Amino acid sequence: MTLDLVIQQLVNGLIVGSFYALIALGYSMVFGVIKLLNFAHGDIYMNGAFVGLIVFSFVGIWVGNGWLGVVCALLVSMLVVGLLGVVIERFAYRPMRNAPRLSILITALGASMVLNGTALALTGGRHYAFNTDLGFAGVDISTVHITYTQMVLVAASIALMAGMQAFVSRTMYGKAMRAVSIDMGASRLMGIDVDRVIALTFFMGSALAAGGGVMAGAYYGSVHFFMGFIMGLKAFTAAVIGGIGSVPGAMLGGLLLGLLEAFGSSLPFVGSEWRDVFVFGTLILFLVFKPTGLLGRSVVERV
Amino acid sequence: MTDEVRTMPAAAQPRLMRWSVVLPGLAALAFSLVLPQFANAYVTEVATTALLYVVLCLGLNIVVGYAGLLDLGYAAFFAVGAYTSGILTAEFGFNFWLTIPVAMAAACVAGIIIGAPTLRLRSDYLAIVTLGFGEIVRIIARNLDITGGASGLIGIERPEIFGFKLMQVQHFYYAFLVLALLTAFVCLSVERSRMGRAWFYVRYDEDAAAGIGINRVTAKLQAYMMGAVIASVAGCLYAAKMTAISPESFTFNQSLLILLGVVLGGMGRIPGVVLGAVLVALLPEVLRGAGTYRPLVTAVALLAIMLFRPNGLWPDKRV
Repeated sequence: MTLDLVIQQLVNGLIVGSFYALIALGYSMVFGVIKLLNFAHGDIYMNGAFVGLIVFSFVGIWVGNGWLGVVCALLVSMLVVGLLGVVIERFAYRPMRNAPRLSILITALGASMVLNGTALALTGGRHYAFNTDLGFAGVDISTVHITYTQMVLVAASIALMAGMQAFVSRTMYGKAMRAVSIDMGASRLMGIDVDRVIALTFFMGSALAAGGGVMAGAYYGSVHFFMGFIMGLKAFTAAVIGGIGSVPGAMLGGLLLGLLEAFGSSLPFVGSEWRDVFVFGTLILFLVFKPTGLLGRSVVERV
Repeated sequence: MTDEVRTMPAAAQPRLMRWSVVLPGLAALAFSLVLPQFANAYVTEVATTALLYVVLCLGLNIVVGYAGLLDLGYAAFFAVGAYTSGILTAEFGFNFWLTIPVAMAAACVAGIIIGAPTLRLRSDYLAIVTLGFGEIVRIIARNLDITGGASGLIGIERPEIFGFKLMQVQHFYYAFLVLALLTAFVCLSVERSRMGRAWFYVRYDEDAAAGIGINRVTAKLQAYMMGAVIASVAGCLYAAKMTAISPESFTFNQSLLILLGVVLGGMGRIPGVVLGAVLVALLPEVLRGAGTYRPLVTAVALLAIMLFRPNGLWPDKRV
C-alpha cells in the first residue's frame, strides 16, 4: 500500500465514518434513555435525505444549488425529521412502554417498515439525483485531491456531535436525559417530565440522523428508499464498537468503523464486494470479545 | 415488563387437548389431504406455498413465540438449507435425502456462530445481528462461484422415494404436507418437554428462570438452533421443488413475511401460527395489483396487530 493510497483511504474513511458516527449517535442516545434499539433509525436517516432533497430542489430556485441551498436543506430536514421522530415515539413506542420487550421490538420493526414502505410507495423505488453545485476546488496532498466539500462535511459532522455532547453534559435538559438513562422511576420522582425527555431524545437523535442523511445524499449525489437499511446496520455496528449508550463512544466507533472499512476493503483478500461481510464480522468479533465496546458500560440484560 | 402481572404460561400447564382446537385441526387436515384431488394447478401451487410458510412459521415460532427472541434473519437459515442441498445434489451428485442431515448440521453451525455470542447479551442485539446475518448470507450467496452467483444455482435434482420421483405440483404438495405435519408434531412434543417449559420460563421472567436453575443462554441457544434446523429442512425441500434457487429468494422481506405469519395468528400457539402462515401465503395473491404498495401493506398490518391486537388474530384464551 503506497502512501497516496493510505491518504486516500484515510480521507474516504473519515467521511464515511463521520456519517456512521452521526447515525450511531442517535442509536446510542435513544438506547441510553429507553434501553431500546430504535429499528426505525436507519429509515429516519433515509427520510432525512429525502426531505433534504425536496427542500433543496425548492430553495434551489432562489438560492441556487450551492452551499446556501445545502445548508437550508440540512436545517429544515433536521427540524422536520426530528419532529417525525417525536411522532414515531408518540404513536409507536409510548403505547408499548410497559409491554413485554418482544412486543416493543416488533412494534419498532413495524414502525421502521412503515417508513420504508411509504418511501417505496411514494418514490416507486427509483433513485433520485441530488445534484449539488459545490465544485471540486480543494487542496492536493501529494497526488490525493481533497475537496473543500469533503473537509466541510467532516467538520460539520464533528461540530454537530460536539454540540450534542455539550448539550448532554452542560444543559439542564442534558442532565435530565442522563438522569432518565440511569433510573427512569427515580427521575420521575425527582420531578423530571420523563415523557418530555424521551421525546426530546428522539427529536435530537432523529435530527442528527437526518443531518447525516442530507450530507450523505449531497455528497454521493443520489438518494434511494433502501439507503437506510444497510446504514442502520453499520451505524449499529459503530455504536457497539464505541460502546452503546455512550456519546463519545458513538463518535469514536463511527470514525473507527469508517476507517476500518476503507482500509479493509482495500486489502487484496477482502475487496469491495465483501466489505459488508467484513463489517459484520467485526460486529460479531466485538460481541464475542468486547460486548461493552471501547467506551461503554455493561449491557448484560437485567429485566 | 416489570409492571405487568405475571401469569403462568398456558402451555407450561399440563392440560388435555381442547376440542375447540382439535376439531378445526382435524377438519383442516382432512381438507388439506383431499385438496389437490379437486383443485387446479394454480390453487395447488398456492397451497404448497402456504404449507411451506406453515413449516417456516412453526420453526420461527419456536424462536419468537416460545423463547421470546426476535429473529429478523430467519430466511438466512432457509437459504443455508436450500443452498446446502442444492449444491450437494447439483454439483456433487448427492442423493437428496442424504443432503438433509448435512443441511441440518450446517444450520446448527451457523446458528452457533450467530447465536452463541449474541444470546448472552440483551435480546435487541439478537434482532439486529440476525438482521445483519440475513444480509450477509445473501451477499455470500451472490458472490461465491459455488452458489452460482447472482443468477443462482440451477439443475438441482428432484428427490426420489422408493423409486418414485417427485415431479408434479401435487407430489410436492404432499411432501410439504408431510413436512408440515412432522414439524407440528415436533413443536407439540417440544412444547410440553422439559426444554419447552424452560423456554416459557425464560420468556416470561429471565431472572426467575435463572433462579430456579435454568441456564438461560443454553435455553435460548437451543430454541434458536431448533428454529434454524427446521428452516434448513424446509430449504432442502424448497430447493428440490424449485430446481433453481437465487439469492433473491432469501431477502429480508422473506424473513419479515415469516415473522408476520407468526405474529398475525398469535405468537406461541400452533393453531394461530398455522392460520397466520396461510394468510401470509395468500397475501401476494390478494395484493397482486398493489405493486410498490405491497411492503407498506405488510408493514401496516404488522404495526396494527402489535398496537391493537398484540396476541394475534386467534389468541390463547387461557392466558
